[in-house]
Amino acid sequence: MKKLINDPRRVVEEAVAGFEAAHGDVVAVSHDPIYITRKDAPKQGKVALVSGGGSGHEPLHGGFVGFGMLDAAVPGPVFTSPTPDPILAATKAVDGGAGVLHIVKNYTGDVLNFETAADLAAADGIDVQTVIVDDDVAVKDSLYTAGRRGVAGTVLVEKIAGAAAERGDDLAAVAAIATRVNAVTRSMGVALTPCVVPHAGEPSFILADDEIEIGIGIHGEPGRERIKIEPADAIVDRILAPIVDDLPFASGDRVLLFVNGLGGTPQVELYIVFRRAAEALAERGITVSRTLVGNFVTSLEMQGMSITVMKLDDELEQLWDAPVETAALRWGR
Amino acid sequence: MTLNTDWAVRWIKGSAAVVSEHRVELITLDREIGDGDHGENLDRGFSAVLPKLDDLPADATPGDALKLVATTLISTVGGAAGPLYGTAYLKAAGAVAGHAELDGEAVVAMLTAARDGIVLRGKAEAGDKTMVDAWTPAVDAASSALADGLGEAAILDAAATAAEAGARATEPLVARKGRASYLGERAIGHRDPGAQSSALLLRVAADAAAGV
Repeated sequence: MKKLINDPRRVVEEAVAGFEAAHGDVVAVSHDPIYITRKDAPKQGKVALVSGGGSGHEPLHGGFVGFGMLDAAVPGPVFTSPTPDPILAATKAVDGGAGVLHIVKNYTGDVLNFETAADLAAADGIDVQTVIVDDDVAVKDSLYTAGRRGVAGTVLVEKIAGAAAERGDDLAAVAAIATRVNAVTRSMGVALTPCVVPHAGEPSFILADDEIEIGIGIHGEPGRERIKIEPADAIVDRILAPIVDDLPFASGDRVLLFVNGLGGTPQVELYIVFRRAAEALAERGITVSRTLVGNFVTSLEMQGMSITVMKLDDELEQLWDAPVETAALRWGR
Repeated sequence: MTLNTDWAVRWIKGSAAVVSEHRVELITLDREIGDGDHGENLDRGFSAVLPKLDDLPADATPGDALKLVATTLISTVGGAAGPLYGTAYLKAAGAVAGHAELDGEAVVAMLTAARDGIVLRGKAEAGDKTMVDAWTPAVDAASSALADGLGEAAILDAAATAAEAGARATEPLVARKGRASYLGERAIGHRDPGAQSSALLLRVAADAAAGV
């Protein structure tokens, strides 16, 4: 497997060093332990937002650190949650006295490590609340699984909660907005090829040349079913239906439509997907009033994409439109 | 052989060796039904414990050694295994705090506290295809061995044997916790990597007590 790496054990630290060199205008980087903060942290009196998780999903989460979004991101090893130490250090570094919100994707490791870090931060007198993101409709949410996974919807939670914190909301209000975004957001993905974790050196799963995995997770976890490849429109219809039915989204709704690349799919294909997804929503009487297209929550070099739909209201639209200045999202400033 | 701090240190050093030796096996088990990092993460964690053993004071108790393992695993392992094993060792250390040597009752208390810690953090129950499926039979077997009047080494041996059987018994199960739970029936036929590493670590504890 060919990769642009020097040493599989130094992937995260070298990538973070490059990120610092490229985006020093908006972020500062701690190298031991590894975490990324906005350059002007801590912002006194502002609720701070901290997220993190395994590396390999870039630009998530470091690319969303900056004005109007995250105050800190804690990258773990590839596809492995960071330990509580760097999460605690990042939490302390960005706490401006108004409390800290942890935004955590729903994976057992991430939840346990953030929970431990939050306990330790509380012992140090920092007010921490946690919002778990679980927007992936591919997974059954029942007593019999670890629950739905957090996937691309995480970006929307981070953007909107970040805007709420920037306008001066207190910790409870920011946590409530983040929870509300998660509650109105649904996603599902599809993989055309697997990805290769650098230190494993082998594909995380095998797909035949003509097979795709419907409902793929962002670490290559299996989804609902494995089928033969179909035209893009058919694939979009196949994953959009469970998304729309789940909330459910209904005629007359205004939504944000987010087509996310998993890393190895060209932009031109993402727009082919977006075209059909927008058309299919219009057929259901759903208005697409905000959009996002690109590689934002990736799975290394995996080919594939996910579709995320968020139900909007006036406040969520305002917070989405609010200025943001991060490595991966910038507008209005 | 007495279960003193020397025993605890032998257990810990043996754990680092056995995890390193079984690293690829654990990675492979985890790749089949999880995300393939269990062997890598646990190896990183126990490797980080080794140099710290030299810093243990001369009057350190077995509980002190276990606490050192706990804090190191929590800060180095990551994933789900870091907090789960970290909590297990932390609770185990608490259960035997102040003992210079562990008798049979202390061994059972230590194993029970470790298992309870894993259940508390991970909220898994027996039969969910997790570490708990190795630890609960181990605790039950250790309690029976204590009730039968067996010595410390035999109690640990009974626990390890039960954990090994428990790990094997995860193979036909559908996972209800952790990343394997997303697989549904596709997890059937695969052994849980956390149950397997638990069995390996308990076997080392018994070997260290038997002087192997």
